[in-house]
Amino acid sequence: MQDMNPTDVPGDSREVLLHLFDGTQRKVLITDEETPYPEGKLIVSRTDPEGRITHCNQSFVDMSGYEEDEIIGQPHALLRHPDMPAAAFKDLWETVKEGKKWHGYVKNLRKDGGYYWVYATVIPNVRNGEIVGYTSVRRKPSQKKIEDAISTYASMS
Amino acid sequence: MPYQFTVSPDFGPDQLANWHIFNTWLQRQLAIDIHFETFGSFDAQRQAISEGKVDIIYANPYDASFLVREKGFVAVASPHHSDETTVAVPADSPVDSIESLEAGCRIAQTDDPDISMMGMILLEPADLHSGNTKTLVQDSYIQVAKALIQNNADVGFFLSDAYEGLSNLVKSQLKPLVSSDIQIVSHALLLGPPLLDRREELQDRLQAMSEQPQGKNLLDSLGFKDWKPVDEEEMEFMIDLIDALAA
Ligand SMILES: Cc1cc2nc3c(=O)[nH]c(=O)nc-3n(C[C@H](O)[C@H](O)[C@H](O)COP(=O)(O)O)c2cc1C
Repeated sequence: MQDMNPTDVPGDSREVLLHLFDGTQRKVLITDEETPYPEGKLIVSRTDPEGRITHCNQSFVDMSGYEEDEIIGQPHALLRHPDMPAAAFKDLWETVKEGKKWHGYVKNLRKDGGYYWVYATVIPNVRNGEIVGYTSVRRKPSQKKIEDAISTYASMS
Repeated sequence: MPYQFTVSPDFGPDQLANWHIFNTWLQRQLAIDIHFETFGSFDAQRQAISEGKVDIIYANPYDASFLVREKGFVAVASPHHSDETTVAVPADSPVDSIESLEAGCRIAQTDDPDISMMGMILLEPADLHSGNTKTLVQDSYIQVAKALIQNNADVGFFLSDAYEGLSNLVKSQLKPLVSSDIQIVSHALLLGPPLLDRREELQDRLQAMSEQPQGKNLLDSLGFKDWKPVDEEEMEFMIDLIDALAA
């Protein structure tokens, strides 16, 4: 995946090297700017069986800060924030590949280096007994759940 | 024996009269005998479905998952109209955001499973769930409004269309906190196993409905612009979404 572009990230930022599951690396730039979850909305995306994004709704586009054509075809690791422990995503993938639902609190990285928290559910799309893709629906988490997640994730990494 | 048509029990009596006319239209289009049956509650309707007593249904998205995945129904079409949920409190309530609602609060709602699911999701940011709130089931959205106005409930869940349809006098005594904006989820017309071979034909007729004066009038009275065909994958996607939300 492409490194983040400094011209997309306004203000002070820190550079972090992410080590992705497939062995590749991505240079990301992060800021402390939180974008509040949009009231009443769901952030929805779907992928093919390999995890490449095939569809996303307008809230997904708005919150990510990317244009839709920069998102489609990419893996969700486009949103991977360095504060998220790799173990959380390992658990996600193991769960959904078994055909089960996964839930968790996720801190996502925006194109502008800022972040937003979601409560995410990921489910496999099963058609005629086969997994043909995955769908994720994210909703607004409570402040308390975010604080719990921050301390859990800090102790995991 | 005539076939049975029913609609999701979330409609009031005025609407049911229009659905009765729709049933007449359906009979003419498919040239079959269809009886329009209504149920007083979601439970009674589910029971009838389990007993195989429903052949055509205008179902809410929540029931649609059960009908398609467990009962062999197929989706035919859906109106351009999404189902959204509004959460409101009494106008004089000190609460002015979801986050200021507290554990122990009393929730007035109908037995509509879609709206109660979405309503509870909208309360999650306040760490509220079925375990720390009290649910007061009402017979209609008017009753939900009354429960709030009379301070018998602290917060109420409404189908957004029903909220909008309340009189100004009633609305002036309520304060909406948030409305969902999901867009993807809507009711759909479904055919049961005995009528599966009529699906395409019905889809064509429904699509043509808005082009005929009579059909157009009927659509208007149901509050729809037109019917949009729904293919299997679209329906499966909506069901996956509901499934993810229900967890
Ligand atoms: C349907 C679906 C949605 C996902 N959504 C996100 C997301 O919003 N943010 C995120 O960081 N990872 C998400 N993931 C996990 C990523 O695929 C990936 O595992 C993660 O970003 C960590 O990257 P890595 O596995 O390449 O190390 C999602 C996975 C699936 C299957």
